[in-house]
Amino acid sequence: MNRSLSWFNVTSLVLGFAFLYIPILLLVLYSFNASRLVTVWAGFSTQWYAALLENDQLLDALWVTLRVAFLSSLAATVLGTLAAIALTRYGRFFGRTMFSGMTYAPLVMPEVITGLSLLLLFVAVGMERGFWTITLAHITFTMCFVAVVVQSRLITFDRTLEEAALDLGCTPLKTFFVITLPLILPAVLSGFMLAFTLSMDDLVIASFTTGPGATTLPMRIYSQVRLGVTPEINAICTILIGIVAVVVLLASVLAKRQEKMRRRAEQIAARG
Amino acid sequence: MAADKARTQTIGAVRRTFAPWNDPTATPLIRFENVAKRFGEFVAVDGVSLDIYEREFFALLGPSGCGKTTLMRMLAGFEEPSAGRITLGGQDLAGVPPYRRPVNMMFQSYALFPHMNVWDNIAFGLRQDGMPKAAIKARVEEVLALVKLEPFARRKPHHLSGGQRQRVALARSVAKQPKVLLLDEPLTALDKKLREDTQFELMDLQMSLGMTFLIVTHDQEEAMTVADRIGVMNLGELVQVAPPAVIYEQPATRYIADFIGDVNVLETKVVTAGAEGVELASEKTAYPLHIAQPLDAAVGDTAWLAIRPEKMRIALVPPAHLADNCFEGVIWDIGYLGDLSIYHVELACGTRIKVSQPNVSRLVERPITWEDKVWVTFSPDGGVVLTR
Ligand SMILES: Nc1ncnc2c1ncn2[C@@H]1O[C@H](COP(=O)(O)OP(=O)(O)OP(=O)(O)O)[C@@H](O)[C@H]1O
Ligand SMILES: [Mg+2]
Repeated sequence: MNRSLSWFNVTSLVLGFAFLYIPILLLVLYSFNASRLVTVWAGFSTQWYAALLENDQLLDALWVTLRVAFLSSLAATVLGTLAAIALTRYGRFFGRTMFSGMTYAPLVMPEVITGLSLLLLFVAVGMERGFWTITLAHITFTMCFVAVVVQSRLITFDRTLEEAALDLGCTPLKTFFVITLPLILPAVLSGFMLAFTLSMDDLVIASFTTGPGATTLPMRIYSQVRLGVTPEINAICTILIGIVAVVVLLASVLAKRQEKMRRRAEQIAARG
Repeated sequence: MAADKARTQTIGAVRRTFAPWNDPTATPLIRFENVAKRFGEFVAVDGVSLDIYEREFFALLGPSGCGKTTLMRMLAGFEEPSAGRITLGGQDLAGVPPYRRPVNMMFQSYALFPHMNVWDNIAFGLRQDGMPKAAIKARVEEVLALVKLEPFARRKPHHLSGGQRQRVALARSVAKQPKVLLLDEPLTALDKKLREDTQFELMDLQMSLGMTFLIVTHDQEEAMTVADRIGVMNLGELVQVAPPAVIYEQPATRYIADFIGDVNVLETKVVTAGAEGVELASEKTAYPLHIAQPLDAAVGDTAWLAIRPEKMRIALVPPAHLADNCFEGVIWDIGYLGDLSIYHVELACGTRIKVSQPNVSRLVERPITWEDKVWVTFSPDGGVVLTR
C-alpha cells in the first residue's frame, strides 16, 4: 500500500483542519488587533490584554469559573472513580445493569434537561442559587464522564495484583492506595481533566443553576457578545483556549502513558 | 566439598525418616476436610480431604483445569469453600482474610507489581509487617542472592525476562518466611539447568527454614524430585496421595498409572487370586501372567496389568525355563534416547507395548533391530494389577 499522503488526503486534511481552526485562529488574531473595530486590522497590539486586567467583571467571572471547575472536577473525580470501582468490582449486585446504564445516561442527556431538572431540585429543596449550586450541578454532570473513563481502565486491571498484595499482608484499604490507585492513576487524572474542561466551558447548565452574584466566564462572554464583540472578549477567549489546550494536551500525554503501561502489563501476562 | 557432603547427608537423614503421615499421633498442620468449591453449576473442587504436615513438601499434580489452583486459592483465602472446612494449625480458616493468614502464595501469573522495581516488590511483604529498615534490607539482599537477581534489584518487572520475573515472584513469596508457602507452577519458565538448581534450592530452603511447601506442577519429574508426597488430582477430586515412589510403583488406578510416567496397560481376566499373588490370563499372550501382589478379586473378574517399560527385559531368543510372564512379538519401532532405547514391540494381536532398555555398551550397532522377533519378559514383582 502507498503510505505517503496523496493529494486527495492532503486536501481533505487541510480542509478539515481549516474548517475546525480558522474561526479560532481569527479569534486569536483579533485579540492582538490594535483597532477597536473587530473587523478592521490595525496592527499588532497587546492592549486588550492590558485592558482585560482592568475589567473586573470579566476577571471575576474567570475566577468563578476556575474555582467551580477545580472544585467540581475534584469532587467528580472522587465520586466517579468510586462509582467505576463499584460497577466493575462488585459483580452481580441487585440492579447492576440499571446502575451502569444510569451512569451513561447523563452523557447523552440534553444539557437543557439536566440543567432544568437540577434547577427544579434546587428550588424544591430551597437551596439559595449561586456558586455552590453551579458547583453541585457540574459535579453531577461531569461525574459520569469520569466514571466511564476510569471504568474502561478497571476492566483491564489484573486483579491478581491486588490479591498478591493482600497475600503479603496488606489490608484492602491500603492495597487500594498503594497498588490499585497508582496503576489506574493516569485514567483518574485524564478523567479529572475531562471534568475540568467540561465544567469550564459549560454555559447551559450553569445558566440554569446560577443565581445572583455567581456568573461564570462563558455566561459573561455570552451576555457581553449580545451587545457586540469587543477585542477584550477575544483576549479572554484566547486565554481560555490556552488553558483548555494545555489541559487537553496533558490528558492526551497521560492517555499515551496509560496505553504504554497497559501494553507492558499485557506483555508481561502474555510472556509470563 | 566436604561441607556440601555433610549437608546432603543431613538432608538424606531427614528425608529418610520423615513420614509423619504414617504416625497416628502426629497432628497435621493443614487439614482439608471434605472441601468443595462450586462456581455456579460447575464443580471445580469436589470433596477433597487432605492432611499436610509441618515441614512437608507436598506436590499437587493433575491435568489442566482439574482444580489445583482453586484448592490453593482456598488455602490462601481468595476463595471461600462452598462446603467443608480448612484448618491451619488447628484454627478454622473460615472467614480469616488473606492478609491475616500465615500463608504466602506465588501466583501462576507472577502478579508482580508493575510500578515497583524488583527490590520494592520483594520488600513489599516485609514492609507490611512493619519490619525495621535495616532488617528489610538484609532480608531482601538475602533472597535476591538466593534467586541470583542481585544485578536486577533496581529494574522494573517489564524489563526482565520471563524466567527472571518468575524468580522475582518466588523471592517475593519466600521473603516473609511464611509458615506455609504455596507455589503455583513456580519453575515453568526456567531453563532445565536453572530449574534443577532452583528445585534443590527450594528443598534446601524448605529444610533450613522449616516451612511447609505446597507446590503445583505439571512436571512429574519435578514433583518426584522435590516432594515428600504427591497428590494426584483429576476433575476436582484427589485420586491418590502417596510418596513419589508409591505413586509411581503402586498407582491406585489406571488413570494415575497412565498419568505418571510411561506405562503399558493390558486388560486381563483373573484366573486365581489370593494373599500371595495373582494369576492372570490375557488374549495378548499365550503365557500365564503371575504377579506377586495380594488381590481381593473373584475368578473371572476383569483386572488390568500395568507394567512400566523399564520393568521388562527384551531378548532375541526365548529365555531358558520360560513358563510365564512373557510376550512374543516383533520390533515395530525403536527410539534411541542415548541413555536408553525404547522398543515398540508389536504383539501377534496387533497391540504395541513399550519396553525400554539401558544402553550399556558403546556400540552404535544395536543387537536388536527392526522386524526382529523378540521375547519380552518381566518378573512377578515388575507389574501391578489394578481393578479400577
Ligand atoms: N472464578 C471462577 N469462575 C468460574 N470457574 C472457575 C473460576 N476459577 C476457576 N474456574 C474453573 O475451575 C476449574 C479449575 O480451575 P483451576 O484454575 O483450579 O485449574 P488448575 O488445575 O489450576 O489448571 P492449570 O493447570 O491449567 O492451572 C477450571 O475448569 C476453571 O475454568
Ligand atoms: Mg492453575
